[in-house]
Amino acid sequence: MALLEIENLSVEFPTQGGVMRAVDGVSLTLDEGEVLGVVGESGSGKSVTMLAVMGLIPFPGRVKADKLTFNGRDLLTMSESERRKLTGKDVAMIFQEPTTSLNPSFTIGFQLAETLRLHEGMDRKAARRRAIELLEQVGIPSAESRLSAFPHQLSGGMNQRVMIAMAIACNPKLLIADEPTTALDVTIQAQILDLLMTLQKERNMALVMITHNMGVVAETARRVMVMYAGQIMEERSAADLFDSPQHPYTAALLAALPERSEGATRLATIPGVVPGLYDRPRGCLFSPRCAYATEHSRNVRPDLRPWAGGQIRCHYPLGDPNRNAEIQADHPVGAEAAS
Amino acid sequence: MSAPIVEAKGLKRVYEVKQGLFKEPGRLQAVGGISFSIEPGKTLAVVGESGCGKSTLARMVTLIEKPTEGSLTLDGMDAVNPPAGKAKDLRRTVQFVFQNPYGSLNPRKKVGTILEEPLAINTNLPSGERTERARAMMAKVGLRPEHYNRYPHMFSGGQRQRIAIARALMLSPKLVVADEPVSALDVSIQAQVLNLLADLQAEMGLAYLFISHDLGVVRHIAHDVLVMYLGHAVEQGPKERIYARPLHPYTQALLSSTPGITGVKRKRIVLKGELPSPLNPPQGCVFSTRCPYVTDRCKVERPQPRLLDGRYVACHYAENFLKETAA
Repeated sequence: MALLEIENLSVEFPTQGGVMRAVDGVSLTLDEGEVLGVVGESGSGKSVTMLAVMGLIPFPGRVKADKLTFNGRDLLTMSESERRKLTGKDVAMIFQEPTTSLNPSFTIGFQLAETLRLHEGMDRKAARRRAIELLEQVGIPSAESRLSAFPHQLSGGMNQRVMIAMAIACNPKLLIADEPTTALDVTIQAQILDLLMTLQKERNMALVMITHNMGVVAETARRVMVMYAGQIMEERSAADLFDSPQHPYTAALLAALPERSEGATRLATIPGVVPGLYDRPRGCLFSPRCAYATEHSRNVRPDLRPWAGGQIRCHYPLGDPNRNAEIQADHPVGAEAAS
Repeated sequence: MSAPIVEAKGLKRVYEVKQGLFKEPGRLQAVGGISFSIEPGKTLAVVGESGCGKSTLARMVTLIEKPTEGSLTLDGMDAVNPPAGKAKDLRRTVQFVFQNPYGSLNPRKKVGTILEEPLAINTNLPSGERTERARAMMAKVGLRPEHYNRYPHMFSGGQRQRIAIARALMLSPKLVVADEPVSALDVSIQAQVLNLLADLQAEMGLAYLFISHDLGVVRHIAHDVLVMYLGHAVEQGPKERIYARPLHPYTQALLSSTPGITGVKRKRIVLKGELPSPLNPPQGCVFSTRCPYVTDRCKVERPQPRLLDGRYVACHYAENFLKETAA
């Protein structure tokens, strides 16, 4: 049975200019012990999707879904207090900025023990022992003396380790890591990624890795989901996705990476910018920037459909042998001039 | 070969840090003797982790800070003690592009005003000509004429960085110091800005001092690379040499820890620990506390940079790495 099942999830925020759809029709299943990478540019809705799973969407945001279950339990009908018991215990999250996510007025020992006492009902002594154990597991030297340290006394890498210790404190079944290494240096990033992957294997946790760094995804995830403007554009196994991307957006993103255009003097670019609230296209959301856009894709939004062992939201997947004929039949318009 | 725009020899910057009321102030060496030169149309990339002194180096080159020791020549003029009356001209030859385009543009000024300000301060051009130049520069960096009257908050990150680049180029500098100019941008936008920087360099013969921690970007844009660690250059030379065959253990670790998407899983060298405090640097080699190949000699004797295989490297055992990779 799948650990996490999401069907047609939407998250909306009412704003002065109308309803802003941050997440639009996301469907996804995640099995136990699976590693999923979620990539996308800023504003693509990758973090908001996972915050909705955590139940952390603040008022006045609205979460809608046909189905949202974790471990067979319906998250949509669950009461607030039951949900809180789940969040932080079976589903845990690591946030991007470790130094701002930790509370600056409490020691890290207190913050670690708080989780343990709340969810596991441990007493002060047991919680302290377990906290030391956890800090050792995430590779913090002289763990016992670090318990009384405040977040500002530790480096960014150390704070991220504390965050990870806190997240794995109650043996979660699902760990969501939201840009866990973006704020860190490369050598520290390598340490943290290694740590996350070892913990994932040891405990057979499901891990969702949200990032905009394609390299991080390529090195960790087995399955990758590419998001754009709140929608899933493509979802496939990591090896296939990097080898032969099917969606024009994925292909363009990969082509824009400096390491993919070695020797070339110019990088491939995607003209234009991500659509905002006011200029959301009627048809395919990527059509204004897509090199293969047609009259048809400008007007009709493609559905998310199964394709080549994954899902895709495109009228003309790159691996489709008939795509050229179809594009010709649908009056190609190409990408608008960059603005 | 043309004369270099900037030439630095043994640049050092030491800060005094108070450690208490009665204690002697500590000496923090942010940059400990860096030498380099950049020719017109070339890019030198400075690579290193946070706290390695790359931003201090940029501040010295842009004349925001005076070096404690060493010499700096900009466009043939002494920049540490400039000849009388030349200080202002000197400042015009070098301009800065900052990391975060959300913080570096004044939100209360229109794009036109932002671009004309350097001209208003530094030249005697009449306002009509200033406007003309600002508009010409906007076209050059790919901004539309109607953007002239807009405020920075109306632009996306990539466009703001274009504005910041345009502002830096208003006084026709010869050297542009860019401190992580693309790290705040998304991949697709990053590529646009990198292309723009390359186009401007080809067109105007600019020299870039490009500071970055993204080795993929550096590989694309740089001609020469300077790898810094704790204020010292550990390896320095042409990009091709360094990427093909890194000879310093720190460069090797940096290159191997950058996650790649090429599909080939490289052996990753994961460094233990973190950067030591620059207030209390290791006595010997600066990298000795984290180096996987450390010996007793490394702990007491600091290696000096020496020429090997076309680049400078500061490691006692660089020859061994050269032999290993050649075999």
